[in-house]
Amino acid sequence: MNIAELKKKLIAAARANVPGDQVPYAFEKRVSALLAARVAPQNLDGWVRGLWRAAVSCVAIALLCGAWSLFMPVTTTSATDLSQDFENTLLASVDQGDQAP
Amino acid sequence: MALAAEKGLADSRVMERTETELIAAVLKGDSASFEPLVQKYSPRVFATARRYARRESEVEDIAQEVWLKAFDKLKSFRGAAPFEHWLMRLTVRTCYDFLRGHQRNRESSFSDLSEPESDWLERFVSAPEAASENADAAKMLIGRVLERLTPPARLVITLLEIEDRSVKEISKLTGWSVPLVKVRAFRARAEMRKIVSKMAKDKYL
Repeated sequence: MNIAELKKKLIAAARANVPGDQVPYAFEKRVSALLAARVAPQNLDGWVRGLWRAAVSCVAIALLCGAWSLFMPVTTTSATDLSQDFENTLLASVDQGDQAP
Repeated sequence: MALAAEKGLADSRVMERTETELIAAVLKGDSASFEPLVQKYSPRVFATARRYARRESEVEDIAQEVWLKAFDKLKSFRGAAPFEHWLMRLTVRTCYDFLRGHQRNRESSFSDLSEPESDWLERFVSAPEAASENADAAKMLIGRVLERLTPPARLVITLLEIEDRSVKEISKLTGWSVPLVKVRAFRARAEMRKIVSKMAKDKYL
């Protein structure tokens, strides 16, 4: 069998078989509906992405603060009085109010 | 005659402007302006997709994918070339992705040829010129052969041999370099020869 000739014949058969260009009914409407359905979630996507970024940033800051408090070289005075200092700072305005004449 | 030609040119300019306006409107967020573009170019998209997918549901999936991609990537359309060319590039690349994602069993034998296909092959063996390329059996056989090609080989054979496009055109459509298209065309022809030989061997040995 002449393979080259057979190949040529088959290619000619493919050329003769031009595919149709018919489009299913209301195909463009279907595409538009799909696009419209996608536009709303795309708007939400921005918010979701932003909130995730914020959450990741918060976790990172919390971890850094934790690491800082753990690995900070401790001095005896500040270590014992850290909670007291914190309380003093928080209540500074109240204390000042009490001390005022 | 000259008047008619001038009118035709003016019409095409109006069409072009309308198309440009539609694209600009879509880019501004008016997604409804995309519909006329879908309506106008879908026949070409479907005709191209039918070269690579057999089932109508697959053809529709490809066309839908093309339009969704076109909408998402419309920003990358610069307007230097016609929108149709840009869309055809997208279509061919989507068809290629489809071929890569739906690689069927290419190793199966040709022992399950239908009766008309076997008859056509026998007719070809006895008198090659008597076997018409317009016969349905020949079309089915080339369909079987194409399905056994690897995705790049099938794409190149379709564009180069069946659609009779130049290497340069294929390079633009696929995004492959010209030397790569040539290398893939060489391999695709060899691959096809091998498959056709296998078909003949399965039938007669």
